[in-house]
Amino acid sequence: MVPLSHFLLLGAVLFSLGVAGIVLNRRNIIVLLMCVELMLLAVNTNFIAFSRYLDDVAGQIFVFFILTVAAAEAAIGLAILVLLFRNRGTIDVAVMDELKG
Amino acid sequence: MLDFELRTIMPEIVILTTACLVLMVDVFMRVRQHNLPYRLTQIGLLFAAVLTFKSFGLGTEIILSGAFISDDLSHLLKLFIYLTTFVVLIYSHAYIRVRQILWGEYYCLTLFAVLGMMLLVSAQNILTLYLGLELLSLSLYAMVAMRRDSQMASEAAMKYFVMGALASGMLLYGFSLLYGITGTLDISTMAQVIASTPITDQLVLIFGLVFVVVGLAFKLGAAPFHMWIPDVYQGAPTSVVAFLSTAPKVAAFGMAIRLLVQALPALHPQWIDLLIVLAVLSIAIGNVVAIAQANIKRMLAYSTISHVGFLLLGLLAGNAAGYSAALFYVLTYSIMSLGAFGMVILLSKQGFEAENIDDFKGLNARSPWLAFIMLLLMFSLAGVPPTVGFYAKLAVIEAVLAVDHLVLALIAVFFAIIGAFYYLRVVKVMYFEAPEDASPITVSGGSRFAISLNGLAVLVLGIFPGALLAVCLAVLA
Repeated sequence: MVPLSHFLLLGAVLFSLGVAGIVLNRRNIIVLLMCVELMLLAVNTNFIAFSRYLDDVAGQIFVFFILTVAAAEAAIGLAILVLLFRNRGTIDVAVMDELKG
Repeated sequence: MLDFELRTIMPEIVILTTACLVLMVDVFMRVRQHNLPYRLTQIGLLFAAVLTFKSFGLGTEIILSGAFISDDLSHLLKLFIYLTTFVVLIYSHAYIRVRQILWGEYYCLTLFAVLGMMLLVSAQNILTLYLGLELLSLSLYAMVAMRRDSQMASEAAMKYFVMGALASGMLLYGFSLLYGITGTLDISTMAQVIASTPITDQLVLIFGLVFVVVGLAFKLGAAPFHMWIPDVYQGAPTSVVAFLSTAPKVAAFGMAIRLLVQALPALHPQWIDLLIVLAVLSIAIGNVVAIAQANIKRMLAYSTISHVGFLLLGLLAGNAAGYSAALFYVLTYSIMSLGAFGMVILLSKQGFEAENIDDFKGLNARSPWLAFIMLLLMFSLAGVPPTVGFYAKLAVIEAVLAVDHLVLALIAVFFAIIGAFYYLRVVKVMYFEAPEDASPITVSGGSRFAISLNGLAVLVLGIFPGALLAVCLAVLA
């Protein structure tokens, strides 16, 4: 059987990729949304691994809720994205600088 | 049994029903009416407030298989959530009608955000807590983007969304580690398991704790995780900002208490160090950067960050006196912030947003009464006696001194004095400069009454803080 630590390592790597993507990304907002999803999925991996290891279903139930919320979150994120594109004709991260100070 | 449980969550049911009703009314009304959804929302909030008020003092109940707790702390926080939402809606009633913001959706989203906050402060399980938090956040993202033709609002919404999603991710990652170590989602069981975990096994727990605290700091807007606050406050419609800066702060305090104090008390020495860093940075950055702002919404945003720092100071004292001081702080802050943003809303009119500090020039000549109310609010935010802001700061600093953090207390006082400068600048332009636009200010009777009460409440609570402080102590005992 694959030990728990392997799954946790996978979760940590995915999560770090997600965070790094958000912090380093200078180009496209859609990539930002993808990174957010990646973070949430990394958390799901963690929950499922722990749930299997502890033999407790609560973690898997949590995963269902995270998936549902992630769907709603993506819907709102994309809606805001459409709005942004309609207002400025670009979804470049670098030009999001009207508000600063 | 179930019947009994339903009675305990009746306020939540009322808010949910009202939200659905407002949505339906908005869909099926042939002529889009502004007043009906507004009235329904206010009635729903009042009704829920009565129900919550009646359950005060009934003791602690944990229902729905341990997912939901009904105790006096949650009742007090909920009452302030209703109160601030109610007053914000009075202020913004005319604002959103004049600006043609979609009002049916606006009231509906407000109610869903209120429901999310109610779940958040009543969570006895990290799953409930997460769901409450997301219900609140998702509603707020949409509300910030509500002015669909505004470039600034959509940019603010996007920034808020990305930062909020990042914070949720951090928080969840922390939750997954806590769940893995303790094997439970229940807050009180988690505290028991952690208390019996040997110190050597606590490394992963501390790792999880760091993620939870970072997530919390993002949501509260504590430095160095504060970048979104000024942008969102400046870009979003003022009525949304007034909501965003009051009720969710109260709810976030509830979340901090549930997570740090009730779920992770055994890790207190660890989270205290994290909170010290957050508190000092927030107070310093908030107060210093606010001086340079010309936009009043942005200035108040930095002021929020510094106030969050004070709130964290109370929490890190780590005893009942500190928690109740922090609770007192957040409740009174919500009243002050409500008034300050309320004033920005009331001075705005069609095609004009009173967003700059210069727009307050000569307010005394245009409306002495409103200028006086704004004076009280600014004094209170700065912490000038005899207003309540002074007393709130005093209580927090007292609590910090009681646990021998003399340096922290000195830092807090030092930056609070620096902070007084930018609040007093607003007072100076109101009283000692000539107005740029001398037209009289038209404010509807209801709003005028509400803002007067709001300003006077700051003064009255400052002179008689005893009652509220006693309640704060009692609910956290």
